[in-house]
Amino acid sequence: MVSIEDVYHTAELAKIEITEEQAKKFRKEFEKIIDYFNILDEAEEDVEPTFHVLPITNVFREDVEGEYLSQEEALSNAKHKEEGYFKGPRVVE
Amino acid sequence: MRITEWKEKVESHGCYDAVSEMLERIEKSKLNGYITVCKDDALKMAEKYDRGELKGRLAGIPVAVKDNISTKGILTTCASKMLSDYKPVFDAHVVERLKAEGAIIIGKANMDEFAMGTTTETSYYGVVRNPYDLDRVAGGSSGGSAAVVAADEAVLSLGSDTGGSIRCPASFCGIYGLKPTYGLVSRYGLIPYANSLEQIGPMADSIDDLALLLEVIAGKDRRDSTNSGKEFKFVPEDRKLKVGVIAEMGGNEDVMKRFSEAVEVIKEKHEVKEVSMPSFKYALAAYYIIAMSEASSNLARYDGVRYGYALEKLDSWRRYFSKVRAEGFGDEVKRRIMLGSYALSAGYYGKYYLKAQKVRTLVIRDFKKAFEEYDILISPTMPSLPFKIGELADPLTMYKADVNTVPINLAGLPALSVPIGFERGLPVGLQVIGNYFSENTLLNLGKWLGERLQS
Repeated sequence: MVSIEDVYHTAELAKIEITEEQAKKFRKEFEKIIDYFNILDEAEEDVEPTFHVLPITNVFREDVEGEYLSQEEALSNAKHKEEGYFKGPRVVE
Repeated sequence: MRITEWKEKVESHGCYDAVSEMLERIEKSKLNGYITVCKDDALKMAEKYDRGELKGRLAGIPVAVKDNISTKGILTTCASKMLSDYKPVFDAHVVERLKAEGAIIIGKANMDEFAMGTTTETSYYGVVRNPYDLDRVAGGSSGGSAAVVAADEAVLSLGSDTGGSIRCPASFCGIYGLKPTYGLVSRYGLIPYANSLEQIGPMADSIDDLALLLEVIAGKDRRDSTNSGKEFKFVPEDRKLKVGVIAEMGGNEDVMKRFSEAVEVIKEKHEVKEVSMPSFKYALAAYYIIAMSEASSNLARYDGVRYGYALEKLDSWRRYFSKVRAEGFGDEVKRRIMLGSYALSAGYYGKYYLKAQKVRTLVIRDFKKAFEEYDILISPTMPSLPFKIGELADPLTMYKADVNTVPINLAGLPALSVPIGFERGLPVGLQVIGNYFSENTLLNLGKWLGERLQS
């Protein structure tokens, strides 16, 4: 069961504003999808999870300065900027 | 169009005229395969070729690049409103490789928004139509990359494959498409959706062309920490193979008719038996849980501050982020981010995310066992013919169309879609799956089968 509160809570976690109409639609869809996901309850439990398929661990590089973006390049796609910095929304409410 | 045919055209008319003709075809096209056409740059490169200044293994060859692969100074939208004015300040590794070999980047190919879809219907820029039937989809998510190759609006293309996104559209458009072994091609500059599953791969009208493109893009790149460092070289191979037909991967009547015929042809040369993969029953659910979970984390970066869609006025952070994301993302992207957040949230992590990663182990175990006995596994690429536009309106129904392709991504294996003919005038593809880094065997079998079926 997926409740309408579950949908709003998830939207809040994902930081996506949704309308009442969307919430209703998502609730129906999520219920079907999550019901399908529950097929995993039948699967064998007693194995190690695989988070990554290749046996590669701890890939390091030499600690030397490489190429990097200029300040101008880094800011080139930002709409809100000031004096060479990104400008973000207020974080203290 | 094959590279050999393109070269003949260039030889007789010059590269500039050949490219101009292709650009005209693109302009008149009804397929909607491109989001951005690099007209001026492409013509400039063609002139350069005609002056003898463009060198390399792909010199003068038009290549389409999926729009989730970063191209410096050229719009890279991921088919999303969120990135509709985003111009990367660097090239993806694969784009650097293309440029170094003299390729002409003819345009950025249409796709499902952030590669989330099986039909290219989630694109902010509209659906890509199937070259064989304009009322049907070209497949997804690399729908544009497949359609433009099939319709001679590019010679080669690059796609990306997270759960079938190269193989599905290759199958639906009647071309070859390869999802390489995880780690063979650097993902540097590929805008991420689900990092542990996705690979960039080549799409082409022939195996020789596809192999050449793979040779160019494969190889070491330390900017992708999951890169294996391995190179690829296509060498002829002619041996009798043990081929397993995966019992759990089927298709509808139309698809099975063509598939069975292709299997009979394979039997003429190779040993074919049926093989069962019991864990595949859970693979689709596990795949979607993992993909959505990774998506929820990956797409957290879109907050309207450093790049992408932004509001005129900065507000408090909660309201600002939530509004930017509400306006910038389409419904399927929202669905996947939210379901991923749900699967990772307190109380559900063990039930969904962790369980899905355990199923991944089971899937790998089944593949390992199968490869102890078989050199190659096969199945239909897609369980049905290309869908009518609008046919898969229900999300879960759409997800289920990926049933034959997703187990490969869970295991990180390579898989190739080979065109095996037409049913009701629509292309059918056969999926060839190999062990890790066995691309050479896959391509040799694909080449032999493709040529054998066309003769």
